[in-house]
Amino acid sequence: MLLNQFLLLGAVLFSIGVYGVLARRNGVLVLLSIELILNAVNINLVAFGTYTGSISGQVFALFVIAIAAAEVGVGLAIVLMIYRNRQSIDLDELSSMKG
Amino acid sequence: MSVAATFAAVFAADLDVAQNVFFAMLALATIVGAIGVVTTTNVVHAALWLVVVLSSVGANFLLMGAEFVGVTQILVYVGAIVVLFLFGTMLTRAPIGKDPTVDNRSWYLGLVVAVPLLAILSYVLIDAFDDTELPSDNVQRTAEVSDSIFGQYLMPFEAIGLLLTATLIGAIVLARKE
Repeated sequence: MLLNQFLLLGAVLFSIGVYGVLARRNGVLVLLSIELILNAVNINLVAFGTYTGSISGQVFALFVIAIAAAEVGVGLAIVLMIYRNRQSIDLDELSSMKG
Repeated sequence: MSVAATFAAVFAADLDVAQNVFFAMLALATIVGAIGVVTTTNVVHAALWLVVVLSSVGANFLLMGAEFVGVTQILVYVGAIVVLFLFGTMLTRAPIGKDPTVDNRSWYLGLVVAVPLLAILSYVLIDAFDDTELPSDNVQRTAEVSDSIFGQYLMPFEAIGLLLTATLIGAIVLARKE
């Protein structure tokens, strides 16, 4: 197998995730797109770890998975609080800090 | 070397046919699922498409010889994170179904960013790692991962534990009612 096939898959997944973050305005869907981006990074970490024969790639992928779990927990709590305060999770309406 | 030539090289000559066939299937599932996540107008369907993506990525980890990360991916992502998303959907939207307002009015600006990004990334990757082969006898055992986590990476591991504790408390504080 080529190293590049995994890296290109990661690049495609990353770009789709970036599109999702920019195009969505529902808070939960933006968090879903962020998960796509984190998975793309994990593919790259594991691919390079396999390529160099080093175990560090896998260890860092595990760290990224743990941090993703933490991020989703706090992110959903924040979305929940926004919903409770405004009865909507439309990110376009969160403009009270706009100058 | 062009993208087409790279993909032709993937299927050429003395490469592992079975692995490449499985990779093609998994890559197709990943990309279709990812497009489903970012295009569907139903929030629950988006979470279910995410299951497809995460499972395929987990299988890709197995294909690369990373058994522990592959299993952890399924356990943590599909088992916990997607369930958390479904809970979040349930708690923030009473009507579950099609919702045409989930996209920005200027959603096409996302394409303006994402397509050039993909083009640049592909160009750079193909330029840098043209035909670099992955070694095929590279299964990295779970024992090696644990030796590494509890040896070289002990302090980061403890920091992750602290982070998860802080997250747990923070999420409860944020989400509880007064």
